[in-house]
Amino acid sequence: MEIILAISKIGIYAIFGITILGAIFAVTLRNIFHAALGLVLALLGVAAVYFSMEAEFLGAIQILLYVGGIMTLIIFVVMLTSRIGDRTVPTSNHQRYPALVGILFLIAFLIRLVRETPWQLKAELSTIDAITIGKEFMGAYVLPFEITSLVLVVALIGAIVIARSDLKK
Amino acid sequence: MIPLTHILIFTSILFSIGLYGALSRRHVVGILIAVELMLNAANINLVVFSRYTNTNPATGQIFAVIIIVLAAIAAAVGLAIVLSIYRNQKTIYSDEIDILKW
Amino acid sequence: MEIVDQIFVIAKAGIVNWAEALFPDWTVVLISILIPIVAFTIFGPVTMMYLTWLERKLLGRIQNRYGPNRVGKFGLLQPIADGIKMFTKEDIVPEGADKIAHLLAPLLIVVPALLIFAVLPFGRNMIAIDLNIGLLFFLALSSTTTVFIFTAAWGSRNKFSLLGGMRSVAQMVSYEIPFVLSVVPVLLMVGSFSTVQIVEAQQNYHWFLFTPWGVVGFLIFFLCGVAEVNRTPFDLPEAESEIVAGFHTEYSGMKFALFYMAEFMNTFTISALVATVYLGGWQGPGFLPSWGWFLIKTYALIIVMMWFRGTFPRLRVDQLMGFAWKFLLPLSLLNIVIASLWYYLAAPMNYVLGTILLLMGIFLLYGINRPEIPKKRKYRYAYAD
Repeated sequence: MEIILAISKIGIYAIFGITILGAIFAVTLRNIFHAALGLVLALLGVAAVYFSMEAEFLGAIQILLYVGGIMTLIIFVVMLTSRIGDRTVPTSNHQRYPALVGILFLIAFLIRLVRETPWQLKAELSTIDAITIGKEFMGAYVLPFEITSLVLVVALIGAIVIARSDLKK
Repeated sequence: MIPLTHILIFTSILFSIGLYGALSRRHVVGILIAVELMLNAANINLVVFSRYTNTNPATGQIFAVIIIVLAAIAAAVGLAIVLSIYRNQKTIYSDEIDILKW
Repeated sequence: MEIVDQIFVIAKAGIVNWAEALFPDWTVVLISILIPIVAFTIFGPVTMMYLTWLERKLLGRIQNRYGPNRVGKFGLLQPIADGIKMFTKEDIVPEGADKIAHLLAPLLIVVPALLIFAVLPFGRNMIAIDLNIGLLFFLALSSTTTVFIFTAAWGSRNKFSLLGGMRSVAQMVSYEIPFVLSVVPVLLMVGSFSTVQIVEAQQNYHWFLFTPWGVVGFLIFFLCGVAEVNRTPFDLPEAESEIVAGFHTEYSGMKFALFYMAEFMNTFTISALVATVYLGGWQGPGFLPSWGWFLIKTYALIIVMMWFRGTFPRLRVDQLMGFAWKFLLPLSLLNIVIASLWYYLAAPMNYVLGTILLLMGIFLLYGINRPEIPKKRKYRYAYAD
């Protein structure tokens, strides 16, 4: 049985690696469409991380909203605003190398912070199912829920008004 | 299972990659992609904290769901703005959109 | 009967027992994981092959011809001959295509189609993994298909492909919303996403189809399912008479076969899900095994889809979008309200009230959306005077 546990641990680290690989693709590739595909890889990796943490509901929501919704939007806009094979234009600005150095310092700082903080861990890992999340949404967290839905409606109308083409008529 | 610190190191690397993308991209959609990466890293952190530390276990996931919804909103409005800019300015590179600059 | 009903479960247990005697215990776990995976990777493509045969036979009958009847008895070996043809065809990649996207799209589109099989309850105790978010898992995975179709359309660098991809994204995003909303009443009644529990809640012929909200929910769910898998009358993304073949215009050989395979496997899984959610899944009279009932219901729905293809003309783009946003979406919202009313009212009252309210809603929506039919033209002939 220990071998199974070891295999699943290796699997989780592999998911971490794939997610980071997808993220690197998403921020460095010159072709923006390939970058969007890299983001798809990273988002699926994050969903797999949720599944590995027994947050299945969140994993499914991640795939449904991010991959099914947001990615479709992003790819649609990429298609509407660029031509196939736009590779000659530089896609990164001149802040690239300073940003890289700063980011490396940030990673080092964050890793040190994470390692030196005395975390107060639970004795047992907690898991919750979709029903508990639903009840909490309708109970203690009803206000954030309602505000989110209000913001959603406002954003929906706003997006339609902004993107409408016959504004001047 | 996996120690808490390893997951946190993973999410901080993910967040930093996103931040690098947001700082270095010219393409507006590229910046949006990088922002989505940062939001995802923060989301994993929320879930991990509520799973490993002494908090209400539902809180992390509930706020993660709210963040996903807000990310969807940001993407919808942001991409509507990108479309509108492209239609009027014929460019989607953030340093060429400078009509407010003198 | 009990043995026939559980034959696959017993077979799996037999293999696992046999493995336990021979191998160390950690491989037994791996073997018990591998058995359903191997079963589905065989079952999925075989189902797809014989669905193409069934479709060609049925369409042939509808169009007053025989369909395939040369290769084997009743043309039963035709799918295998087609498979050999697909394997040996030349694989053409267009000049200037986005090579990576062109290659990845057909490979990736099969993955969600196969993964979806994991949450379908094929019979009593016959499910690969009983996820407690089974239904949501299904909806989430089937929504990823859009991205891969779009990758294919973009990667081909062809105007017809791109038009097909745009149509497909617009259609699938629109139909996703009523598709998800139409299962909400069922989730309200059952109180769980698990497909096993949804089937168990419909015991003793309390199928959700036999309630007023169930009929409407079933129709919305089935129609949106047909639209999700891009079949006639909603097959605008690959409308042959308008845009050649839509997103798979530039695909040939095995890559084209993979698209075809994903489409037919999705047809099967969508029909299976409709049967699970509204038609009682594997429940049925005891003279057939549970998986027999499941397959009968699924194939009945698939045959209805093929019948659609043989009879209905294709919708126009504006009719398609109008139907999703102006008719199905408000109706599915109304359906949720009526389902909750139905739940709280007493027995005869809720059926009557639910039916009346739903009929009123449907007629109201029909009245609002009624297309303007031009008045009959009066023809005057030159020689009339």
